[in-house]
Amino acid sequence: MKSLSRLGAIIKKEVLQLSRDRLTFGMVFGLPIIQILLFGYAINTDVRNLKTAVANQAGTHLSQQFVADLRASQVVRIIAAVETADALESLLRRGEISIGVLIPADFDRRVADKNRAAVNILVDGSDPTILSVANRLRSMPIAFDSAPAREQRQDLIEIRPYYNPERRTPVNIVPGLMGVILMMTMMLFTAVAIVRERERGNLELLINTPVSSAELMIGKVTPYIAIGLFQLAIILAVGQLLFDVPIRGSVVDLYIAGSAFIAANLALGLLISTVTNTQFQAMQMTVFILMPSILLSGFMFPFDGMPVVAQYIGEVLPTTHFIRLTRGIMLREAPLGELTKDLYYLIGFTLIAMTIAAKRFTKRLD
Amino acid sequence: MSSQFAIESRGLSKHFGDLRAVSRLDLDVPRGQIYGFLGPNGSGKSTTIRMLCGLLTPTSGTADVLGTKIPGKANLLKPKIGYMTQKFSLFGDMTVQENLKFISEIYSYPARDRKRRIDDLVEKYDLISQRKQLAGTMSGGQKQRLALACAVLHHPELLLLDEPTSAVDPQSRRDFWANLFRLAETGTTIMVSTHYMDEAERCHRLAILDRGVKVADGTPQELQAATGMHIVEVIADNPYAAQAAIDGRAEIASVTQLGVRLRVLIPERYPNPIDIVSNALASKNVSGDTTIATPSLEDVFVAVTMQPREVGQ
Repeated sequence: MKSLSRLGAIIKKEVLQLSRDRLTFGMVFGLPIIQILLFGYAINTDVRNLKTAVANQAGTHLSQQFVADLRASQVVRIIAAVETADALESLLRRGEISIGVLIPADFDRRVADKNRAAVNILVDGSDPTILSVANRLRSMPIAFDSAPAREQRQDLIEIRPYYNPERRTPVNIVPGLMGVILMMTMMLFTAVAIVRERERGNLELLINTPVSSAELMIGKVTPYIAIGLFQLAIILAVGQLLFDVPIRGSVVDLYIAGSAFIAANLALGLLISTVTNTQFQAMQMTVFILMPSILLSGFMFPFDGMPVVAQYIGEVLPTTHFIRLTRGIMLREAPLGELTKDLYYLIGFTLIAMTIAAKRFTKRLD
Repeated sequence: MSSQFAIESRGLSKHFGDLRAVSRLDLDVPRGQIYGFLGPNGSGKSTTIRMLCGLLTPTSGTADVLGTKIPGKANLLKPKIGYMTQKFSLFGDMTVQENLKFISEIYSYPARDRKRRIDDLVEKYDLISQRKQLAGTMSGGQKQRLALACAVLHHPELLLLDEPTSAVDPQSRRDFWANLFRLAETGTTIMVSTHYMDEAERCHRLAILDRGVKVADGTPQELQAATGMHIVEVIADNPYAAQAAIDGRAEIASVTQLGVRLRVLIPERYPNPIDIVSNALASKNVSGDTTIATPSLEDVFVAVTMQPREVGQ
């Protein structure tokens, strides 16, 4: 009974202080919205409108038809026409174009000859994304209008894009972004919340009262669970309204997974607060965990494509498991029952981190 | 519980690496008294207070605080002690009322009496007009009154105050001490650390700490009676020249200037202190009136902290 009243006192105090801290309060609501807008609009792996120059040395009807087809593909945006291959190379070197198209003088003859390439495409291969886009240009058909249509060749392999047929990046990014935003705010707020009290001297007062370590820790993180769930709602709403990201699975499942993930990050934040002495250290530590969580969790790059060592690191991070859960539930309509492995990992992670944090946090100064 | 002492420590020591912050401290703090802890900065006052309330684990030695063994179950002790930190440690972004309410909840003060107790404290500690003010925006004196109100809210048997008056003006200090005496009268034991002589003089008993070692303890009167020094006061037209004439002689323990007066400490083993000083002045042709004075607490402090000691022996 006394314990419950102390816990209530800590929670009330946290909420009161949070409501007075305008910057943090603004961060709670502003951060998810700004992040989702930034990531949603800026990150686009489906590249279009690459700057391109054309050197059309043939100048025939067929070659002009080919250039028009290129333009119509929207993959490239033709910004210059030059005469020679050297001129293309120089534009490429100066970074003014990403792709140079060289149509040789004997273009028509080459088109007819199946054994020779008709067009040369010069690519700034330093960016693999551009290179892979340029590869798509290879499949463009070129043929004389008058020539009989070549027999339709059946593709050996047919690709059927499930879950995201329009290949829209936000559909993949937004569920991942939920993980990144939640981890950023949850971990940072809790890590800083305790360290700030230590810096201000409040902790010396608190640990001299009958309040127990567990009451203090649980009381401090409880308000943030509500905040985390609220952020989850913001991201889902913005994702749906602006980016048309579907929630194909159950929202309840999503919230269960979200709660487990929020708890894992709060526990991690508490753990950070027990090993750091200043807010600055706590922030550095948060960034130290944040970077791999963005890069190695499958948020940015497909998890299976990463080197094995990076995959091991990724497996440890709660964000990796949460992103699997959100993508599974939101995009693949998977019930939580089929994703228990990731859910259990999050719960296990929370328990372990919480235990270590409570062990490390003593009501003493030495 | 039946012990006449609120605090009894034996051989209490705390080392931080090579630094001996507190060495073999024996303390007996009687119940219901104000016990002063006098010492310069870095003498181990805060460290001792933190050990006594269980915030720091002693390197060696033990203490019995209100019947609880230290080191041990300090948690049993928390409801019975009030602690006021050196630095203001209440919540600056909460009002006076909110801070007091929070403290009352943390100490599980009976819910139906809470409001009355807070009203009572706000009035007693002169915080009525600050009630809705954020604690962080208050003056040093107001912060200190709030800190004391929070420390005594749950009626602790023992109050540990770590340099409570270091950030407040003289009037606030006087009021603060009036509050302490009122608390002591109701049976609260108060341990207060300070580096002000006038505050030390108000204590029922005090211990003088120097570099982690207790160099003297007793009532202020006992300490003054046992300095082991003659005090010669010199009134000179040119105190600077007088000081130059006296200082440095083998018999002289210390010379301190107070305006036009000099206070000269001479160990008791020299039988004629007046002659020693007069001769010293005469040899340099400096004029001055010499009289024997009774030792003040400051003289005691100078006397006990000046002997070079083997630290940690």
